Amino acid sequence: MLIFERSQPGRHNGAQFQPGDGDVSDIPAVLLREGSLGLPEVSEMQAVRHYTQLSQKNFSIDTHFYPLGSCTMKYNPRACNTLAMLPAFLGRHPLAPASTGQAFLSCMYELQEILKEITGMHTVSLAPLAGAQGEFAGIAMIRAYHQAQGDDQRTEILVPDAAHGTNPATAVMCGYSVKEIPTDAEGDVDVEALRQAVGPQTAGLMLTNPSTLGVFERQMQEIATVLHQAGGLLYYDGANLNAILGKVKPGDMGFDVIHMNLHKTFSTPHGGGGPGAGPVGVSERLAPFIPVPMVTEHYGEYRLLSEVDLPGTIGHLSANMGNVGVLLRAYVYARMLGREGMHRVADFATLNANYLMVRLREESFELAYPTRRATHEFIVTLKKLKDETGITAMDVAKRLLDKGYHAPTTYFPLLVPECLLIEPTETESKEELDGFVTAMKEIYDEAYSDADMIKGAPYSTPVRRLDEVKAARELDLVWQAPDD
Amino acid sequence: MPFIPHTEADIQSMLAKVGVSCVEDLFDEIPGALRCGGLDKVADGLSEMEINRLMLERAEQDGRFVNFIGAGAYEHHIPAAVWELTTRGEFYSAYTPYQAEASQGTLQLIYEFQTMITGLTGLDVANASLYDGASGLAEAVLMAVRAHKKRRRILMPTTVHPVYRQVVESVVTHQDIAIEEIGFDQGAGVIDMEALERLDPSGAAALVIPQPNFFGGLEDVDGLTDWAHANGMLVIALVNPTSLALLKPPGKWGEKGADIAVGEGQPLGAPLSSGGPYFGFMCCKQKLLRQMPGRIVGRTVDMDGRPGFTLTLQAREQHIRRSKATSNICTNQGLLVTAATIYMALLGPQGLAEVARRSHANTRELVSQLSAIKGVEQVFDAPYFHEAVLRLDSLAVDVLRALEAQGIIGGLGLKRYYPELGDTILVCATETRTGEDIARYAKEMERIISKRRLDPPCAQKVVDL
Repeated sequence: MLIFERSQPGRHNGAQFQPGDGDVSDIPAVLLREGSLGLPEVSEMQAVRHYTQLSQKNFSIDTHFYPLGSCTMKYNPRACNTLAMLPAFLGRHPLAPASTGQAFLSCMYELQEILKEITGMHTVSLAPLAGAQGEFAGIAMIRAYHQAQGDDQRTEILVPDAAHGTNPATAVMCGYSVKEIPTDAEGDVDVEALRQAVGPQTAGLMLTNPSTLGVFERQMQEIATVLHQAGGLLYYDGANLNAILGKVKPGDMGFDVIHMNLHKTFSTPHGGGGPGAGPVGVSERLAPFIPVPMVTEHYGEYRLLSEVDLPGTIGHLSANMGNVGVLLRAYVYARMLGREGMHRVADFATLNANYLMVRLREESFELAYPTRRATHEFIVTLKKLKDETGITAMDVAKRLLDKGYHAPTTYFPLLVPECLLIEPTETESKEELDGFVTAMKEIYDEAYSDADMIKGAPYSTPVRRLDEVKAARELDLVWQAPDD
Repeated sequence: MPFIPHTEADIQSMLAKVGVSCVEDLFDEIPGALRCGGLDKVADGLSEMEINRLMLERAEQDGRFVNFIGAGAYEHHIPAAVWELTTRGEFYSAYTPYQAEASQGTLQLIYEFQTMITGLTGLDVANASLYDGASGLAEAVLMAVRAHKKRRRILMPTTVHPVYRQVVESVVTHQDIAIEEIGFDQGAGVIDMEALERLDPSGAAALVIPQPNFFGGLEDVDGLTDWAHANGMLVIALVNPTSLALLKPPGKWGEKGADIAVGEGQPLGAPLSSGGPYFGFMCCKQKLLRQMPGRIVGRTVDMDGRPGFTLTLQAREQHIRRSKATSNICTNQGLLVTAATIYMALLGPQGLAEVARRSHANTRELVSQLSAIKGVEQVFDAPYFHEAVLRLDSLAVDVLRALEAQGIIGGLGLKRYYPELGDTILVCATETRTGEDIARYAKEMERIISKRRLDPPCAQKVVDL
C-alpha cells in the first residue's frame, strides 16, 4: 500500500506545525500556486508505521549477509552515525564563518591527513560527493594538467575492459574518447595491448587495483612505466581500496590521481544508494588543479581554500564543501580503527575472501581465475551450471534471497560469463561464511534436481520476480490518484 | 579488534583451509617493491568511549549560533521521526536496489518520492535524486543540450546562486557548451528583461530561471518561460522545494510550463550539517524522460501479478551504456531521499504550506525590523520569498563579525560574489526563527551599526569577504 492510499483529506499532523497568520498578500497572485500539492495527509503514527513497514521489506547489512562484490558492504558502526549527528555538527550552516566551525574543520583536516597517509598522495580534497564525482574530478585534473603543459593532442582515455561503467562514462563527460584495453586469461591487463594503444593521444589510463576481477594487477610497475613514458597520467579508481589498506599505497604504485569511496573503505552507510563520498588525492604535479573547497590549517587555524587560493583549480563540483556528514562518519571510523585497525581491514577482508573462495571451489563452484589469490573479492562463473541445468547467475542470486542471503553482484564484470562477484568483507564471521557456502551448495544441488523450482525463486520475499519488461514498456513512475 | 569477529581458532582454521601459514602469505601476488611499511602518521585506534569524548568535546567547542543565513541551505524544523526512521538499519545499511525483491522498501519509497516531488513541481516525471542542487543544475544543462541536439549555448542569469554557476562551468566546460550570463535589474533584483531582449536568442538551447532567485526575489516566471519557448529554447526551472507549497509550480509557468525542474532538496528534511549530505531533485516533461540522468523507479507486477517496484530505464545509465550513458552518476542520494519522503509525508500539504508561509512572514518581519534601523536599507524592490538583500552603511564583514560575537550569524556578505553590490548581506528567517530571535538580531544590529557610525574603529582593518 502506498502512503497516498492511506491519506484522508483534512487529516494532518498537528504536532508538526503551528498555525499562524503567515500573510502572503504581498506576493502577486499570478506567482502563487493554485491547486493541490499532491502530498499525502496522514497522522504521524500512520507515517511512522508505513515507513517502518517499508524498511522491513529491505535486505540490509544490519539484517543480512550482503556479499555484493565491489560494493564493500561491511558493518557500519553505529558510533559513527551517533557522533556525526551531534546537534552542533548538524546545526552549522555551510556558509557560516570558519571561526564557528574550528573543531569540526579540524576533523575534516585530520581526515585529509589520514587519507594522504594511507594513499601516499601529496594532496587530498574531500569535495567530491561520490565515487563517480571523484572520477570526474580526477579526469578533469588530468585534462587541466595536459592543458597547462600546452599539450592539447591528448584526446583519449584508456580503460581496461573490466572497468566499472563509471570510468568510460566519466571520460566522455570530460570530453575524451575512450579506448578499451583487453584483459589476459589470468585477469591481468594485457600489457602488450596497452603498449600498442598508448601514444601522443593518450591522456591517461583509469585503473582499478585490485581490479574488478578480484585480483591484484601484478604488472603494475610496468603499466605505470608504459603509461608515463607515453606522457599519459595514471588514474586510480579506489573502489577496491579496502583490499590493500596498509599493504600498498596507490602513490607508491605510480598513480598520479586517485579517488576513494569512503562509503566502501571507510564504512559509511550505503543508505539504499547514497550518499557516498569520493575524496580525491593527487601527486604533487597535479596539486594545483585540485577541486575546491579543501581544508587547510595555518598556525592552528582551519579554513576552506577557495579558487582565490587555488587559481588552477578545476573548480567547484557542488554547492558546498562535500558530503560533510559522511566525512564525519569516515573520520570517526578511521580514528576508531587507528593504524593497526587499517592493516587489519585488508588482512581480514582478504582472509575471508580467500577462505570463501576455497570453500566454494570445494563445493564444485568454478572460479573465473582459479590460479589466482582472491583479494577482498573473487568471481565464480556459473557457465557450466547454466550449460548443464539452464540455471543462470540471476537464478542463483534470486534463490539466495530465499536462503536469507543478499545476492553477490551478478553479470559484472561483463567479460566473465554468468558471474557472481563475491565480496564478504572483514566484518563477517566464519560461521556466516560457512552458512553462505551451505546455501550455495544447496542451490547447486537444487539446480540439478529441481531447476524449475529455482526458476521461480524467490518465494519468501515481499514480491517474487518482477516483470522488468513491463516496467520499462508501460512506464508507471508516478502514482496517479484514481479519480484523476 | 574493532569490528572484526574472528577468534584465534577461526583464523587458524581458515588459514589451514586456504593452505597458507599466515595472513601475510595472502598478499604474495603484490610485488615486494610496492609494499608499504606502517602507516606511521595514523594514530592508534580509539575505543568507542574515547572517540565519544573526543567528538563531544569538539562539538561543544564549536558552540551554537542563531542563524540567519539561507543562500541555498535552510534551517527548517525536522520532525524527530524523520531521522529516527531514516537511520533504521534496513534503510541506512542497504544499497542500491539491484535485487528488487530484496529492496522493495527502498524502491517503493523512491516511487513515493518521485510522486511527491512531481506533485510539488507540477511536472510529469522525476528521477530518484542527484547529488545536490548545484550538480543537479549542471546535469540539467547537459540534459537540455542533449535534448535540444542543435544548440549548445545556455542562458544563465546572474540571479542564479553564484556557486551553482561555478559548478555548471566546472562540469560542462569539457563538452563545448557555452554559458552566457544575463545580468539583473539593479532596482528589482530580478532578471533584467531588457538585457534578455537584447540577446541573440537563436543559438540558445535553454534558459535557466531561478525561483526564488539567489537574492530571494521572485522572477516573472510566466513571461520568461514564454519568451524562452517563443525563441525555441527549453526552460530549466531552478526552484526551492519549500517555496513550491506557496508558489506556482514550474509545470504551470507560462503557456507551456518549464521543461525541466531541478533544485536543492536539503530543505526537505536534511540538516544543515556544514553543507551535506543533501540531495538534488530533478523532474521533467514526459517527452524528455529518456534524456534524464540518474536512477528511476517504476511500478510493475511480479510473477503472481502482485504490484512491485524496480529500477527501470536503466539503458540510459553508465553500468549498461558505459561511454554512451546520459551521465556517469552511479547512485542517488538514497538516505536523503528517504528523509525527504518521510518529511513530506509527516508535514503533508498543510504542514509544508505552513512552513513556507511562516518562513515568508518571518523574513518580512526581519527585513522590516532591520531596515527600520538607520544605516540599513533593503536593496531590491521585487517581491521575495524568504530571503532579502540589505545594504549596510558600515563594512559588512565587520558588522557580521560583531554579530557573531553576540552568537548571531547575521547573514551572508555578498561582496565576494557581487562586488558591485557593495556592503550588502543576504538574510533569511525560516519558521525556526522566533519573534525573540528576530528582535534580538535587530537590537544587536542597531547597537553595532550606530556604534560604528558614532565611533568608527580607529584602526579599522579592511578585509573583503
